[in-house]
Amino acid sequence: MKLPFGPITLPPRETFADSESFLAKVMLAPAILYVVVLVGIPFVLAILLSFSNARAGSLSFSWVGLSNYAAVISDPTFRRALLNTVIVTVAVQVLVVVLATAAAIVFREAFVGKRMMRFFLLLPWAVPITLAVMAWTWIFDSTFSVVNWTLKVSGLMHGWLYWLGSPTLGLIAIIIVQVWRLFPFATVIVLAGMTSIPQDVVEASIMDGAGFWRRLFQIELPFLLPVVTVAVLFGIVYTATNMSVVYLLTGGGPADSTHVLPTLAFQRGIEGLDLGQGAAIALFLLPFLLVAAIGMLRVARRSEMGSR
Amino acid sequence: MASVEIRDLHKHFEGQRAVDGVDLSVEDGEFVVLLGPSGCGKTTLLRTIAGLEHPTSGEIRLGGRLLGRDVPPRARRIAMMFQSYALYPHRTVFGNIAFPLKALHTPRDEIEEKVRWAVRMFDIERYLEAFPRHLSGGERQRVALCRAVVREPQAFLLDEPLSNLDAKQRTTARDELKRFQQKVNITTLYVTHDQVEAMGLGDRIAVMKSGQIRQFGTPSEVYDHPADTFVATFVGLPPMNLLESVDGLAPEGTLVGFRPEHFLPSSAFREDDDVTTLKYHVRRVEYLGAERYLYGSIGEVEDPDQPIMARLPAMLRVSVDAEKTHEFAVRTTQLRFFDEESGKRREPPDGKGRKAEA
Repeated sequence: MKLPFGPITLPPRETFADSESFLAKVMLAPAILYVVVLVGIPFVLAILLSFSNARAGSLSFSWVGLSNYAAVISDPTFRRALLNTVIVTVAVQVLVVVLATAAAIVFREAFVGKRMMRFFLLLPWAVPITLAVMAWTWIFDSTFSVVNWTLKVSGLMHGWLYWLGSPTLGLIAIIIVQVWRLFPFATVIVLAGMTSIPQDVVEASIMDGAGFWRRLFQIELPFLLPVVTVAVLFGIVYTATNMSVVYLLTGGGPADSTHVLPTLAFQRGIEGLDLGQGAAIALFLLPFLLVAAIGMLRVARRSEMGSR
Repeated sequence: MASVEIRDLHKHFEGQRAVDGVDLSVEDGEFVVLLGPSGCGKTTLLRTIAGLEHPTSGEIRLGGRLLGRDVPPRARRIAMMFQSYALYPHRTVFGNIAFPLKALHTPRDEIEEKVRWAVRMFDIERYLEAFPRHLSGGERQRVALCRAVVREPQAFLLDEPLSNLDAKQRTTARDELKRFQQKVNITTLYVTHDQVEAMGLGDRIAVMKSGQIRQFGTPSEVYDHPADTFVATFVGLPPMNLLESVDGLAPEGTLVGFRPEHFLPSSAFREDDDVTTLKYHVRRVEYLGAERYLYGSIGEVEDPDQPIMARLPAMLRVSVDAEKTHEFAVRTTQLRFFDEESGKRREPPDGKGRKAEA
């Protein structure tokens, strides 16, 4: 049979875009440049500074060995900040996971006004953090505290809480704001994870007689585990390295009792001009971030291999 | 053990009639296959019986007990096996089989005993500590069967359980399923779109289309006496040939049908056989080893969607050339007649094919 069209002209020979090795280099270049210039160099600089007596505003410095670290470790304010960082980071992750899972279960169901609710849910994520914290300082204000008025009117409380004036309540306030800030993101991640739960396995468990709690804890949560791990690891990084919430909400006070590592590092290194000590304090964040980074890499590799 | 009674069942999804007035009586211990093309409502029907969907109207009874909205799946004493087997990937084989018993708060030693009994029956004792991902398709099926059977269900629902297996495993798995069902003698409803499975497994077959049951009968009833043209062409491979009445075989408005394997060269019949002879134009011969498929037409024009086919067994050594017209014939008793409008089966006109009814 004769085809009803003429011979085909072949496209020209290989171009640059066909060469994978060339393309790979070009595509990777921006990422590598970014990591080296904006992450690698500052990181190395921070390590160098932590062994020096460098001060902000001056270009000359000399090596002082471990004396910055020694000074930092013997400082009770630093030890308090380290403890606070651990408390806030852990408490926030636990609360966020529980709340986000609960919210995801609610949002999985079809109900009237779901889209609207989802919009409101995502708002905290979209609001600029400074604005949001300003609002929270009013909510926790010593005179106008909305929380206090609500508790009082509803008869749950008789006294008066000075939220940002006490070390314990200040820390609780910080935790509340951090949970509020991270919980929408975690909910979205868990919701995405829920769509990956095979429906027939859930239905099999229904047929097998599993009620709501058995289904949640023994069938659905194991499927959600990898996704929840990712949410927790991101949360650790976000909470441990976050300075703005504490800085704007309590400023580390009262009496330096609610500092976390980033705020203390900023106070000592930038405001107090002692770059060396600031760097040493900031470097104590490294273990947190290392744990999170290794965890993320493991999750990523496991999902890449496609085995559960 | 119990019978399943379905009365005028409807299930509509946003105006779509997935199940559209189904009546079905399954006897105690019977193996019934729901057969139909995808989207015919067979899976919805199964899920409605399981309680995973609520019917729009109609009733379902299991052993005389009404299964209404107030009876959740777990209270129905029905086990269901899913297409993917839906094993719990984070649990061992033991954990999978024990799961329904734990949900029933069975005492631990009784769980142990029942699981052992089930795995012994399916010969998978050595996998008790393995995870589903380490098992082959056939082994997973056995685990799923174990999990279904330990609850001692009154009815057993299977949703295309063999479709994830390759062709070779499928035959073995089919055999195993049937043996299992005969052993435990539980009323079974089995959904498939594969007519070979349906014919091979079912005590009776319900052929479904557009949410309705077109015919409910034994495999031989469905195959030999299809209720309408849909059943005639859906069951059987290649499908039944349908001719708009030619040669005055039947009155106006009647379709004549015959199976490809009954359509043989005239020389294959004896002189005194009561046959109907047709001029068959063969376009192509397909050699398949055990048999030959012929594609062609009766008369000049061939319907490109549905050529008239003949299926010659290998033992029939007649040579048939392509691109030639041959004399083919069908035993008159093997002719089937359908109304052209409605597609419904018609009584054969004066005497023709009468003997088939006997």
